Amino acid sequence: MFGKDLTIPAIQIQQVHKQFGPLNALNGVNLTVEQGEFFALLGPNGAGKSTLINIMAGLLKPSAGKVAIMGHDVISDYQRARMALGVVPQELVFDPFFNVREMLRFQAGYFGRGPENDAWVDEVIEGLGLTDKAHTNMRKLSGGMKRRALIAQALAHRPPVIVLDEPTAGVDVELRQMLWTFIKQLNRDGHTIILTTHYLEEAETLCERVAMMKQGQIVALDTTANLLKSHAAKNLRLTLKHAPLPASLLPLLKHGENAVFTLGLSEFTQVELVLAELRKANIEIEDMQLIEADLEDVFMSLVGGV
Amino acid sequence: MNLIDTYMPSHWRGPYTLFKKELLRFWRVAFQTVASPVLTALLYLLIFSHVLADHVQVYKGVPYTAFLVPGLIMMSLLQNSFANSSSSLIQSKVMGNVVFILLTPLTYLQFFSAFLAASVIRGVFVGLSIYLVSIWFVEVPITHPVWIITFALLGSALLGTFGIIAGIWADKFDQMAAFQNFVIMPLTFLSGVFYSIHSLPPFWQIVSKFNPFFYMIDGFRYGFFGQGDVSPWISLIVVTAFLLALAWLCLKMLKSGYKLRG
Repeated sequence: MFGKDLTIPAIQIQQVHKQFGPLNALNGVNLTVEQGEFFALLGPNGAGKSTLINIMAGLLKPSAGKVAIMGHDVISDYQRARMALGVVPQELVFDPFFNVREMLRFQAGYFGRGPENDAWVDEVIEGLGLTDKAHTNMRKLSGGMKRRALIAQALAHRPPVIVLDEPTAGVDVELRQMLWTFIKQLNRDGHTIILTTHYLEEAETLCERVAMMKQGQIVALDTTANLLKSHAAKNLRLTLKHAPLPASLLPLLKHGENAVFTLGLSEFTQVELVLAELRKANIEIEDMQLIEADLEDVFMSLVGGV
Repeated sequence: MNLIDTYMPSHWRGPYTLFKKELLRFWRVAFQTVASPVLTALLYLLIFSHVLADHVQVYKGVPYTAFLVPGLIMMSLLQNSFANSSSSLIQSKVMGNVVFILLTPLTYLQFFSAFLAASVIRGVFVGLSIYLVSIWFVEVPITHPVWIITFALLGSALLGTFGIIAGIWADKFDQMAAFQNFVIMPLTFLSGVFYSIHSLPPFWQIVSKFNPFFYMIDGFRYGFFGQGDVSPWISLIVVTAFLLALAWLCLKMLKSGYKLRG
């Protein structure tokens, strides 16, 4: 869509540190997101995701390190960097004086785009299901509609890179599905998408690559498939008949309650080992399920217990 | 080449859009931002002229009611210029929507110019409205229109700049109200809106001369009557110097991202 030089990364973050007084919010973050990627940035609250996004957007200055958007440094070449970036903030913020269409046209105008951009603004309004609300004042919109308007605002100036900070927080299932359909279409059109979310199944379904942050550092950075493969292969859920789990299996135990035990297996062949141990202890199995590990398991094993 | 490299945004459209938005923002609530200060000024005019017209003559040959009009115009112009930039910024900061401006490629100079221009327009518009309504009731001569225009523009620019500084500095409405009530209001009322400083005791005459608002009002009034407490050239120098100093401070704050960018 953008007729681009694909060798330039959409986002390049090199050795970024950010300190707030004695607190090290970011501690030497390195990250490269290529053009056209659908990328997830995950981590518990306080991990540094929003700080990193705010540095990309120019709302915060890094204490050290460099960040470039589409090859443009966010400090020395900030105008081009900001032209290339659309940010959907986490909070439902809005200007109470204007309606949806006015706000979107203003937002495009701040980026130097004039009436020639109005057709795109209308396209975004339609794509996000805001046509009926285009002339409604922002303060009269419901929470879900405000969320759509926020996404539309980030897109108003046609940025090639879009950052969505918790875009589906507090959004109902129907709207969430609609938003993802729209954002997936943007990605297919060539936009690079960077997403932070607490809904890990969203990241797993949508994103090709994932970075996990913990205490201001990236602790995992790989394709979603590789992360699932390398960090948590499978879960075995056993329901045992009136018996505790044999001591030899306790190292594998992830969760156990009311004779239902979930064991984490690093490889499939361990199933045989578990069954052998149960046979040896003369324990009868009432039910058994082999469950594929998901991103939540990876997340818990890497950043859980913060 | 990607879209960003080939797309050259218009340099003036960004700040012009911000200026237009700021204009529309006050125009949408014109009852509060225009009609209300006009009414307040007229009430001042009505009450003070009724009470004092027969007792006070400040300048020779100038009735007190006529003397009062330029002071009231300038007072409202200054207060509204300040209110425009300060209220817009504090509201955007408290509500969080200032982020929509901070995410854009607007330079700090463009940000400053857009807010300043909108403040000047509102201040001058309110001042002009008061003048047009006042001349129905009282004859106000215009002796030096160039001085009137000069001090109207300089005064509204100075207070518009002051409003941007206050809007950036304040974190909550309470702080902004304190700024308005403890700084702007006393400086305005003690600047000679309702009197000539020659009617004050010598000590207070000296104190008044440290108040920049006095020079704005005195220079403005000189444009109407050809008489003032000090030479309009002195007022011009003082007001310009204050404007440049405040603009320098404001631009420094915006450039550093003080209280806007962490």
